[in-house]
Amino acid sequence: MKVKGRAWKFGDDISTDHITPGRYYHLRSNMPELAKHIMEDADPYFMKKFKPGDFIVAGKNFGMGSSREHAPLALKIAGVSAVIAKSFARIFYRNAINVGLPLLIAETEAIDDGDLLEVDLLAGKVINLSRSVTISASPLPEFMLRILNEGGLINFVKKYGDITV
Amino acid sequence: MGKTIVEKIFSKACGKEVNAGEYVFASVDLAMIHDITAPLAIKAFKEIAGENGKVWDPGKVIMAFDHQVPADSINAAENHKLLRKFAETQGILNYDVKGGIAHQIMVENHVEPGMLVVGADSHTCMYGALGAFSTGIGSTDMGAVLALGKLWFKVPESIKFDVYGKLERHVYGKDVILKLIGMVGADGANYKACIYGGEVVERLNISDRLTICNMAIEMGGKAGIVEPDEVTVKYLKNVRGLDISFDFIEELKSDDEAEFQNVELDVTGMEPQVAKPHRVDNVVGVSEVEGTKVDQVFIGSCTNGRFEDLKIAAEILEDEKVAENVRLIVIPASKREYLRALKDGLVEIFVEAGALVEAPSCGPCMGGSFGLIASGEVSVSTSNRNFIGRQGSPEGKIYLVNPAVAAATAIYGEITDPRKI
Repeated sequence: MKVKGRAWKFGDDISTDHITPGRYYHLRSNMPELAKHIMEDADPYFMKKFKPGDFIVAGKNFGMGSSREHAPLALKIAGVSAVIAKSFARIFYRNAINVGLPLLIAETEAIDDGDLLEVDLLAGKVINLSRSVTISASPLPEFMLRILNEGGLINFVKKYGDITV
Repeated sequence: MGKTIVEKIFSKACGKEVNAGEYVFASVDLAMIHDITAPLAIKAFKEIAGENGKVWDPGKVIMAFDHQVPADSINAAENHKLLRKFAETQGILNYDVKGGIAHQIMVENHVEPGMLVVGADSHTCMYGALGAFSTGIGSTDMGAVLALGKLWFKVPESIKFDVYGKLERHVYGKDVILKLIGMVGADGANYKACIYGGEVVERLNISDRLTICNMAIEMGGKAGIVEPDEVTVKYLKNVRGLDISFDFIEELKSDDEAEFQNVELDVTGMEPQVAKPHRVDNVVGVSEVEGTKVDQVFIGSCTNGRFEDLKIAAEILEDEKVAENVRLIVIPASKREYLRALKDGLVEIFVEAGALVEAPSCGPCMGGSFGLIASGEVSVSTSNRNFIGRQGSPEGKIYLVNPAVAAATAIYGEITDPRKI
């Protein structure tokens, strides 16, 4: 599965409060509205340049902080194709897979703000079309890939009735 | 090769011997949900189990409202109503708005050494102070737990933090954990269990042990743990009347030959620590930020809202007044801690000093309820996160401190070293 979109680049340690600020939590039962504020505290102009299908690219420890699943869910609902980062905070990583937001762990130095990327999620390959560079991502553990392929944990459990690892 | 306490707890929860690094499917002993994350968890649960599905074991699920308490909006009130109905239908114990912060409720009433506990909140890692393995999970994971009573885990590797030396006056568990987070960084323990030990930790009371376990997540940790000992056994006996045998505790503790990554900290001569905006690992000694003007001081949260914390603050605030341009908000962590503070006269000291004492809840730490800061304002807080916008305006600043620094700061209106007063 190949997806094309622009990269929007962030630094290290982007927290769940950057992704979905606490002051918008009154919107949590209205996820499409909450999704209009993603990344606002990391870049107030993010939603002006972001288009559905684009990628979020970051340094290490993306998604640190809260266990609030609204963070990866809001990114998914806003139309983020995938988050590509050097590493992810543990709870965010699980939550993203569980809600079906694709993640890739890769070196992100060769990607700049606004670069056009073509990403093969299954093969874990990122092609930076703006710079003609190909980056390999670490593959996800096999059973996580199965959860992601079913569109998240709910569909997975509904289909298989249980979780096997 | 010996086993860590983490591997022992997972082996029991899996019904077979497992080791760090393995992906496993484990039964959980307790599950905690609160007003912010429960609605999504219930939605996930219903998608799996059906609209009329039953939770796997209602006796093992605990619900509490603590983030928007009492309801701060119609939206929150509707949310509470929906959750009450779910708890009633399912036969789940619901502390509603009456118990305080969910984490403190769990520690005071439910968690036992050796348990595997999950909670739909990142600071669930706190319960390890009683020798349990407890970790924060998202709402979809919680939906699966409510339906199945089980969840997939990667059995984590462990870091052993050996803390030795002697703590100075007005230097506490909070300062130890801030220092450690500053040392290893915000992702220094990512995916790992943080096991705290050494002579300093052995001497800490349960309140301070809860503080250091609570903030394991701020270095990425999956759980914070203090290996259970006499202090743990006494606490469970006093607070809950539980008889935990020393044989059980000895069996549960990590084996001498178990493998850890080791981090050492000598606290001798260490001053109170402060995490500067906007990162929890941006840690300096209080002397570096002394004199910083502040607008609001918050003493409370699951990190430092217990009686012991309030006592430290009250001893400094007794017969003193909060500075004219400062708001001091004090919030006990639970009903039990609130009553202890009342009976000991602490609440009177706070009110006389000019503080607002609120009913148990997360308070300003939630960042979307009450007690928020405006743009350009500075908050000094005993809570656990100083991220941008965490306590209100994204143009505000938050400094994280221990309760003594917070109290001294409230009196002088600028960040103050409590050892100097």
